[in-house]
Amino acid sequence: MSAPDLAALPRLPRDADGPVFAEPWQAQAFALAVQLNRQGIFAWTEWAEALSEQLKAAGPSDDGSRYYECWLAALERLVAAKRLAGAEALAQRKQAWEAAYRRTPHGKPVTL
Amino acid sequence: MAHDHPGDDHGQHPPSDMELRVKALESLLVEKGLVDAAALDAIVDHYEHRVGPRNGARVVARAWTDPQYRARLAADATAAIAELGYTGRQGEHMVALFNAPGIHNMVVCTLCSCYPWPVLGLPPVWYKSAPYRSRAVIDPRGVLAEFGVSLPDDVEVRVWDSTAEVRYLVIPERPAATHDLDAEALAALVTRDGMIGTARL
Repeated sequence: MSAPDLAALPRLPRDADGPVFAEPWQAQAFALAVQLNRQGIFAWTEWAEALSEQLKAAGPSDDGSRYYECWLAALERLVAAKRLAGAEALAQRKQAWEAAYRRTPHGKPVTL
Repeated sequence: MAHDHPGDDHGQHPPSDMELRVKALESLLVEKGLVDAAALDAIVDHYEHRVGPRNGARVVARAWTDPQYRARLAADATAAIAELGYTGRQGEHMVALFNAPGIHNMVVCTLCSCYPWPVLGLPPVWYKSAPYRSRAVIDPRGVLAEFGVSLPDDVEVRVWDSTAEVRYLVIPERPAATHDLDAEALAALVTRDGMIGTARL
């Protein structure tokens, strides 16, 4: 698969083999950015700028978890700036998922 | 063996705030046709081995090299695993299952795919499959044989059914002739499947 230019990113938590994720959602957020870039929604340099803005705002942190919190925040802002999904739509959808979990019995797939 | 999944009557505990935000974003983008769920899975899959299993491998290597840690792991696995910095966000309770001569442990979640992801990462596809979930309990030796594991008849196979509240980590037996290896080198020998119990080291 065509790899994004990970080296262009500020301080990506990674080792010799690639990015290091502490939790599955981090891998999902990572994959979302990679795919939106592949679809031409944004250039990788544009992404690196959006991410570094968030990281700067969050202050210095070496913890991988904070890094991907910034990653997700950058993704949300970029998606809103591109008029693909606004903050309100995202918040509503998040609530819908939360409600879906609460009403779905354990062992059943959660759907909206 | 715990078959009951407490909380059945009350729906599921929602995942973390971050996970919900990712789900919200992903589902909206999929609906708009901007993102393809299968392609996302492929990307996650590609990086999957970066998540998790090495965390569990470090726990196992420590248990092999540090008898006091092993004792703490046996007494309270959640706390012993947290010592190494691996904690779950959903309050799940960890239990360590020690393989020994004559005892082989194997983990399944018969109802869904409960999995100790803080130590093992994302579950493999087969773990979530219906055949594994149903057959692991009914015919564990048959399932193990399909994974290429044949156990002598005098080895007892113990199958543990995960729940939303209790997750299991198998501590395999330390391979022979590894006494000169340090914890880091030992961790490299520990496989994900070894910690689920579908492989021997």
